[in-house]
This record gives sequence, structure tokens and C-alpha cells, in this order.
Amino acid sequence: MIDDHVTRHVARLARLELTESETVQMQHELSAILEYVQQVQELDLATVPPTTHAIPLENVVREDVPTPSVPVELALREAPEVHGDGFAVPRMG
Amino acid sequence: MALTDLTAEQSITAIAAGRTSSEDLVRAHLERVEHDDWNNFLAVNREAALARAREIDAMPQRPPLAGVPIAIKDALSTRDLTTTAGSRILEGFRPIYTATCVARLEAAGAVVIGKTNMDEFAMGSSCENSAYGPSLNPWDTTRVPGGSSGGSASAVAARQAPWSLGSDTGGSIRQPAALCGIVGVKPTYGAVSRYGLIAFASSLDQVGPFARTVRDAALLLQSMVGRDPMDTTSLDWPDPIVLPTAGRLDGVRVGVIEELMGEGIEPGVRAACRAALRRVESLGGTVVPIELPHASYGLATYYLIAPAECSANLARFDGIRYGRRAEATDDLLEHYERTRGEGFGPEVKRRIMLGTFALSSGYYDAYYGQAQRVRTLIVRDFAAAFAEVDVLASPTSPTVAFRLGERTADPLSMYLSDVCTIPVSLAGLPSLSIPCGLSDGLPVGLQLAGPAFSENRLFDVAHALEAAIGFDPSPPGVTA
Repeated sequence: MIDDHVTRHVARLARLELTESETVQMQHELSAILEYVQQVQELDLATVPPTTHAIPLENVVREDVPTPSVPVELALREAPEVHGDGFAVPRMG
Repeated sequence: MALTDLTAEQSITAIAAGRTSSEDLVRAHLERVEHDDWNNFLAVNREAALARAREIDAMPQRPPLAGVPIAIKDALSTRDLTTTAGSRILEGFRPIYTATCVARLEAAGAVVIGKTNMDEFAMGSSCENSAYGPSLNPWDTTRVPGGSSGGSASAVAARQAPWSLGSDTGGSIRQPAALCGIVGVKPTYGAVSRYGLIAFASSLDQVGPFARTVRDAALLLQSMVGRDPMDTTSLDWPDPIVLPTAGRLDGVRVGVIEELMGEGIEPGVRAACRAALRRVESLGGTVVPIELPHASYGLATYYLIAPAECSANLARFDGIRYGRRAEATDDLLEHYERTRGEGFGPEVKRRIMLGTFALSSGYYDAYYGQAQRVRTLIVRDFAAAFAEVDVLASPTSPTVAFRLGERTADPLSMYLSDVCTIPVSLAGLPSLSIPCGLSDGLPVGLQLAGPAFSENRLFDVAHALEAAIGFDPSPPGVTA
């Protein structure tokens, strides 16, 4: 159903490092799940609109009032690595 | 009677009468939390809870929930109290703010005693996907408590808390409530603010209560519903939640979902549900069969929509602003891939992969787009059903609590655990599970569902049935 190439491509899109054995297992499991879920393709749905939310809401707005934001030191508290007043990240490849 | 045997309502009465205090109640429950035979707690809030209890005890005018202890699913953020969502990637994470629903309960006088175990990021039906080991079922510790809110359900059944909070995306409150023999409520989509709930599938996620009585569950929901400026999907709640008093069901029309009473449902589960439906009739209600022609597509629809939404929601776990990060890498892409590869467990990876695939170019229309259209048919099925009846009934779970390890090898067999709860979730409707009997000594749950905003009606029906059934929610062998 999905091959090794697609599995690796999707893992890359999802930013997930998979080991070789995880990749093989993932390919089998995803194929089995996709085989099951493709029953949604049996139905003729050409005239049926999609549902994104079951309880529809429109134009939800609130007053545009400034409120205090999170203090910098609190925002950085849980970061694995901090540089000055910011989050430290590895260099872009 | 031990303090930990009291319902929340009884505790509030006992405190008001001066027979006990918040501090005594909190201490008694903490005692059980700290001698945890079921691995239900990932964090214990001992000192802060006792301090808050003493503070409430000293108030001249007590808040409505009077200092009664509560356990909170670890998917809900609690300021400064470790919150992991059952994942390694959030090991040791201390949120900088508290979820609105928890803050509302605290303001109403509930005291948070700890955070409960769960399937990682709420993905699972047995609690076995927790990175910290599964919770166990107090009715039989060789069996699962259900999931994903397994710890919250098990803790209430095991009297570590009189009530707790869970979250339900496809059945994660109702199914563990059924397997642990307690009451679990998934409110109407949007009833409770999700600000501070670690998101799984945003078009489905909803927070709700666990309790040992329907009235306790109603009392907890009463203190949480309503619009929150921090969650634009939260709704202005039309009528206040009222504690149910109904003893009769005269004039109430109950529809039995025929598709969920046949093949695939254990005979013992069916029998207990049929017996409960006979009680509906003896209480004056009517019971009629109802067909939901597209319910059988629910599971397939859900396993496209929920993974698609989770693949987007879980993109935020990147090891940069919070959470665990992989050992130093010299490239940003490698950093993301390794951090997430190490931090997520197998089921979370599976769902991210499935969702990413379903949303990817070339497959979107055939999978995700198609699932959203089937969802419309399921919504219409329910609308048609509620033109005929007031309440729909079915088993909550196709089986009683299954054995640890029984379904871990085959993801699809685990997904089938939610076959009865998922259609209701896709339609965004309120539903709850009440215990309706035992099968082989293990609890069976009856699911009741109603139209949007029909919580008060559901509580009334559940309350009348609860009294008629007279289920004893005490697992044998769990002593005070």
C-alpha cells in the first residue's frame, strides 16, 4: 500500500528520525491502517460538503485591548538552551 | 465511613457541618495517592494542596466546592506543576500558566492534588502508551483502565480522588469510565475552554469530568462551562448546568443504536446494556431502535481526521522553547528530526506519520477530504435520529477491561476499543457513560448521547437510571 520510499518521504515531512527497523515496521503498520481507513472512499460524496467543525461558529472576535504579555524570563524558563534574551537554536544547515 | 469513600457532594456537606475539613480530606486522599498501587499519578502536589486546603479552611465564607480534592489529567497545564502529557518529550516540563478549566475549578474551591497518567498525548485506549508505564485497573490489576484518561478514571475508582478531569477526543473519558465502573462525561464540543489543554485533534478535543455519581459529574461541569476569551471555540453556555433530581423517565424517548448492539460487542456487555434499557421502560420511558447508517464509517473517518490534526498540533514539540532536546546536533533539520524521533513513543509517531500522509500532496482529497465529507453524513445521521428520540443509547465500549498487552501488537485492534464513542465525537455531541452492571466481574458502561447543549437532559436520564441500577462502584479488594 505504501512503499519504503513514501515512508521515508513522509517521515522527512513530519520531521521524525526513524531507525531502520522503525521504518520497516511503520511501513507495514501504516499500510494495514490505510487499507482499513480507505473504506471512506466507497461512498459517493460528490455532493456532500466537508465538515471541519461539528458546532459551527463564525467571526469570533474579542475586544482589542492590550494586556500584559509573558515576562521574558518566564517565557525562557523551560527552554533547553537560552542565548541572551532568546531561545538558542542549532545553525541552519 | 472513610473520608475517601465520600462523594464530592457528601464531602461538601460534611465540611459545611463541621464534621471534617478540607485539610483532612486532602490529607486522606494524598495518603492514597502516595501509596499508589495503580501507577495513576505522574506528579503529586502535596505541599501546595495542603497549603491551599488550610487557606480555604480559614475562609469565613467557603467557595462552592469547599476545598474538595481533585486529580487532573496530565494533558492539562498547571502552572509550576510538572505536566508531561505522558510523553518523554515533556519530561520535567513546568507550564508557565494554568488551563482555564483548572483555574475555574480552583477558584470555585477545588484543590488539585496531582496529575494523572495517560496515553502519550492522549493517543490510545489503554494507558499503555504512557512513557511512564500504564495505569492499572482497580477491578483487576492485570487489566487496563482504558484510555487515554486511564489514570484519571482509575484514581476515582480507587478512591484516590472523589472526582477528576479528563479529555476526550474519540472516547478518552467515556471508555475508561466504562472500564473502571464510574461516570465519565464528554460535554458538547466547545462547552469547556481548552486553553491550556495540550492539543491532540482540535476539531474533536473536549475536557470533561469523572466522578462516582452523576450528580458529582454535573457539579464539576457546572463550574467549568462557558466562554473563555482565550479559546475562540469555547461557547457561551445557554442554560446553567443543574444538578439532576429526576427519579422517573416519563415521556423520555430513548433510541438504541442498533449498529452498536450486534456483532463486535461482547455478549456480556450487550446483556448489561439491554438490562439497563429495560429499566428505562420500567421508569416510564420508551425505548425504540434507531439506525445510524454511517456509524460504521466512524472509525475510519476518525483515524484520518484525528491523525491529520495531530500531525499539525504536534509540530510545536521541537525541543527549542520547552521540553526535551536531543544531544547537540550541528544542523537545525537534524535537531528537529532527532529530538522528535527520541522524544515521541511509537503510537504518537504512527499517528503523526498517518496524518502527515493523509494531508500530503496527492493524497489529501482521497483521504482527509473524503473523511471530512463522511463526517458530514455522520452529523446528518445524528440530526435525523434526534428528530425521533431525545437520547441515544449504546454500550460505551465493545468489551470490558482487557488484559495488559492484549492489544499492543496490533494498532487496529486497539483502535476498535473506541468504535462506540467515536461517531458521537465526530458529531460534536454531548455524551456520558454510566456503569450499568458487571460482566465476568468487570464493569460495563452504558453510553447516553443527546443533541448539542442537552447536558441537563442527559444528566437527568443518567441520574434516574443510576438510582434504578444501583451499581456499587467499589472494586473488590480496594480497601479504605
